[in-house]
Amino acid sequence: MIEVASLTKRYGELAAIRDVSFTAAPGQILGFLGPNGAGKTTTMRIITGFLPATTGTVRVDGFDVFEQSAEVRRRIGYLPENPPLYNDMSVPSYLRFVAKLKGLRRGDVAVALERVLDTCGLRQVRDRLLGHLSKGYRQRVGLAQALIHDPPVLILDEPTIGLDPRQIIEIRSLIRTLGGKRTVILSTHILPEVSQVCDKVVIINEGHIVIEDQVANLTRDRTLEDVFIEAITRDSGDGSRASAAAES
Amino acid sequence: MRNVFTIAGKELRSYFTSPVAYVLLASYLALAGYFFYALLLAFNQTLQIYSMMRNPEMLSRFNLNQMVIAPLLHNLAVLLIFIVPAITMRMFPEEKRSGTYELLLTSPVRVGEIVLGKFLGGLVLVLLMVALSGLFGVLLRTYGIALMATVFLALGTLISSFTDNVVIGYVGALFALLVLYTIGWLGETVQGVSGNLIRYVSITDHFQELTKGIVDTRDLVYFVTLVVVGLFLTQRSVESVRWR
Repeated sequence: MIEVASLTKRYGELAAIRDVSFTAAPGQILGFLGPNGAGKTTTMRIITGFLPATTGTVRVDGFDVFEQSAEVRRRIGYLPENPPLYNDMSVPSYLRFVAKLKGLRRGDVAVALERVLDTCGLRQVRDRLLGHLSKGYRQRVGLAQALIHDPPVLILDEPTIGLDPRQIIEIRSLIRTLGGKRTVILSTHILPEVSQVCDKVVIINEGHIVIEDQVANLTRDRTLEDVFIEAITRDSGDGSRASAAAES
Repeated sequence: MRNVFTIAGKELRSYFTSPVAYVLLASYLALAGYFFYALLLAFNQTLQIYSMMRNPEMLSRFNLNQMVIAPLLHNLAVLLIFIVPAITMRMFPEEKRSGTYELLLTSPVRVGEIVLGKFLGGLVLVLLMVALSGLFGVLLRTYGIALMATVFLALGTLISSFTDNVVIGYVGALFALLVLYTIGWLGETVQGVSGNLIRYVSITDHFQELTKGIVDTRDLVYFVTLVVVGLFLTQRSVESVRWR
């Protein structure tokens, strides 16, 4: 469903990601892990077509993100790190705006609106302005916005960040129900989230992929924490040794 | 086209659900009304003085159009130089700051549609303003001001697409519009080809004709060109995130 092939993104001299490749099968929930600044957001922005890659390709449902951008964008629901909300709009008028932007027909907008209000539990804040909502509800409106055109692919950038434990559990169970018919890429640095929600794990460190495997395979005899810490330390250790060698 | 109206509708709603539209409308109309009143008062007084002198030849040279309407239209143009940037300054910076830029650019919408939608939303507000000021007596000549305001809006839109800072969006647009409005001063002294060029670029020279009630295709071409070029460059500037 999603094929990322040797993506590199350079900002001048600095490479934010180097030769990143992984795939997500249809219906899979893919956990995208990595320390802060490892390149998770950059990779997701490239997949959604917000940023261009320096080299490499991304295919979503067979369509190339750069060549057939409009087709890809129609199929993707994207929740950026900060939910993209207009603070002076009310919940329904915002969601109706997004629905039209995503190309829903006038007749389908009302149905889609009711559907996401239910799935994301937004009934009780229906008449509020987005600027007056709590962090948890803002995150849910962000998710509702990503779901409104019923996309086959969801890209969620740290959907549970800044939420209280109860809200985290709610959002997680919501995401779990979304898998199966949708392909989801979920970035996070909360490891238990991945073992609970995801089918597959991709770990990125300092801009390149260190692990790509099924959750079940990785956690057969160890916890995901051990796997993660080991992978990151081994990788960063190599990196610093390599740079030390280069200097000498 | 549908996407253009979706975005224009959202822009308009955000102007009118916040105090922005009302503050801008009220300030513009209050000042416009004051300018009109002051000019009319001055005209009236001069007229009285000259009629006391009983000099019919002098009186016949009195012209309401030249003494009230033309200066009023110039004053309104200057007022719009300050007001229009306040409309355009937040168009793009606010989207970039709040992260909604990502929503717009990852939706199946063309960049040109985003730009046109934002421009159209602002245009409705600006034309409403101009039309309301047209109500007090200058009904005849508002098309000149309307064209001028449309050009200002297109250039303001362009400048707001360069930045993620609202203040820079305002001052940048103000600067560009003031240069456009005052460059004609040089045209009066500079001779030759460069003088002609400056006189052609200067918006005041084209506006002058319109305030006299002369609609010349050359002036219309000038205004339309500025709007089209402004919007085209905005489209390129927004699109440039994709190839940087």
